Amino acid sequence: MARAVSSRRKWTFTLIAWFLAFLIFFPILWTILTSFKTEGDAAAIPPRFLFFDWTFENYGVVQERSNYFKFAMNSVILALGSTFFALLIAIPSAWSMAFAPGKRTKDLLMWMLSTKMMPPVGALIPLYLIFRDFGLLDTRGGLIAVLMMLNLPIIIWMLYTYFKEIPSEILEAARMDGASVWKELVYVLTPMAIPGIASTILLNVILAWNEAFWTLALTTKDAAPLPQFIASYSSPEGLFWAKLSAASTMAIAPILVLGWFAQKQLVRGLTFGAVK
Amino acid sequence: MKQLFTGAFGAMMFAALATTALAETKLTIATVNNGDMIRMQGLTDDFTSKNPDIKLEWVTLEENVLREKVTTDIATKGGQFDVLTIGTYEVPIWGKKGWLVPLTMVDDPADLLPAMSGGLSVDGKLMASPFYGESSMVMYRTDLVEATGMKMPDAPTWKDIKEIAAKITNKDKEIYGVCLRGKAGWGENMAFLTATSNSFGARWFDENWKPQFDSQEWKDTLNFYLELMKESGPPGASNNGFNENLALFNAGKCGMWIDATVAASFVTGKDSTVADKVGFALAPDNGLGKRGNWLWAWSLAIPAGSQKEEAAQKFVGWATSKAYTELVAAKEGWANVPPGTRTSLYNNPEYQKVAFAKMTLDSINAADPTKPTVKPVPYVGVQFVAIPEFAGLATTVGQIFSAALAGEKTADEALAEAQDVATREMTKAGYIK
Repeated sequence: MARAVSSRRKWTFTLIAWFLAFLIFFPILWTILTSFKTEGDAAAIPPRFLFFDWTFENYGVVQERSNYFKFAMNSVILALGSTFFALLIAIPSAWSMAFAPGKRTKDLLMWMLSTKMMPPVGALIPLYLIFRDFGLLDTRGGLIAVLMMLNLPIIIWMLYTYFKEIPSEILEAARMDGASVWKELVYVLTPMAIPGIASTILLNVILAWNEAFWTLALTTKDAAPLPQFIASYSSPEGLFWAKLSAASTMAIAPILVLGWFAQKQLVRGLTFGAVK
Repeated sequence: MKQLFTGAFGAMMFAALATTALAETKLTIATVNNGDMIRMQGLTDDFTSKNPDIKLEWVTLEENVLREKVTTDIATKGGQFDVLTIGTYEVPIWGKKGWLVPLTMVDDPADLLPAMSGGLSVDGKLMASPFYGESSMVMYRTDLVEATGMKMPDAPTWKDIKEIAAKITNKDKEIYGVCLRGKAGWGENMAFLTATSNSFGARWFDENWKPQFDSQEWKDTLNFYLELMKESGPPGASNNGFNENLALFNAGKCGMWIDATVAASFVTGKDSTVADKVGFALAPDNGLGKRGNWLWAWSLAIPAGSQKEEAAQKFVGWATSKAYTELVAAKEGWANVPPGTRTSLYNNPEYQKVAFAKMTLDSINAADPTKPTVKPVPYVGVQFVAIPEFAGLATTVGQIFSAALAGEKTADEALAEAQDVATREMTKAGYIK
């Protein structure tokens, strides 16, 4: 039975929720607002919230100075490419761990997660040397491999958690009907785990899109994605906040729109199995 | 027969195209995001029209990102870049390690300002050519100083600065006598404090690389800085770097600002609310023969092992030539010419009309990276010590001094901690036996 909530209480909670949402969104809002200011207004003391001379000049300068679409295209290819290859490995791995666990499955899962605990800079020089020797520096292929490996532990963990929620009896029934492992995976498990897989894809795309350390370290121009585009607008000497904000807004816009449209799916996936 | 002819013609065309493609040399240039460098990217048609076989590709990055990336690449011989933009700190270190190629096509090297060429040479060979140079100086509000009834000398002492700052300060009206760097970092507060310490007779290390934070000179430096900022500085100064102070000065909140000479064009530019009320003076001293100003240059260098050295030499020669400054002057005016690199620029009557030109030159000439301190030292560098360990060590010391500015520790505690850290690091690195 639903709990009765007084309308006053409901309003209070709604207001608190809106306030918290505004607080979380404020840095992005401030970045967007700053992108429409002049450099002088962006650095004004006290800060100007809405009453300033609105200008599109920064977007013009950024577009003129950098090839935004080249960076954006690289980001799209890296995010989708790394996600695709990661799923190819992660779905069978998670399936085997969820439905055919061995004695060391739990240890294996923990070990995979532990690779995320190492500071990335620790692996920079070895990886840089490998990339140099194999001619992978500043290539999309090399970076897709790195991003894929970087996010693989999280993807396997997420999928493993989702798969664990699916009753193994359903898979057994499929097997009884003569389904092969491949058919069981493709026609039974995957459709049932679609919300989980979708949210995993979305999360991985977002993580790969925002990854800055490796993308900055291993690319220069041909494979450079949007983090490098943003990094080119920061300067230790001189006012740059408005142009940097314009570059940041252009960089986050695609992923923000994607997140907005996919939020239902994302929430559904992330809460999948929360109520049994 | 016709088919044979067509095939042969096609093969010849392919070979011709392939030869053309092979003849083109692509130079990848790593650079920082500052006005002068961005301007150069817009003017490279002049170079490519004279060198049609060379194509330029730019990688522009934030200073710290660039430093990390270029260091990784050069240390591992990654070969991602053909021309590097590097600072005065890196040149002597990388030059000594053999990571840089001596420059052979620099236009009239004798014309380079001695302070610059001295800091960029290793064993008498020029390892990087300065593209843009800077020192530091006092920028002050002429109206506020005038209102105090005092006069800013062209070459003030620290005592002058303290007195004028105290008289200008009106905390109720949010006017602060002096704005100085407080944000932690070897290129932030430690650039300012190291240069300041030179004028107080202090030094980072003695001739045997023993840290000197336990000396009276460092005590005087830090106490003076903390007192000055407490009395006349803005609130939250421990978070202020170049850009934060620039914003404060442009908003009319600072009576004085002691920082990079490059700031002169910003505080007199269109984004400043006090553009027509700014005066300039040399960085202060204490009468000990050294001023509290630094010396820095963004320079172009070629990594050792570059496969395109000849083209890179040509480009560096063009970008740092006298002809390039004339090109900028013709297209964008003399005020936009990269400053601080050549004697001929400062002898040019047109450039002498730029308001801050003389003070910039005097400031640069007042710094000597080979003899930066009153007492002898075993290192090169005015606001830094040109050893690989310095960046990490100075950032740690910068955090300690920044905490002292925030009131979290006393000057004595900060200096004792800095001495411990420096002694430990220098012993570990093998400088102290």
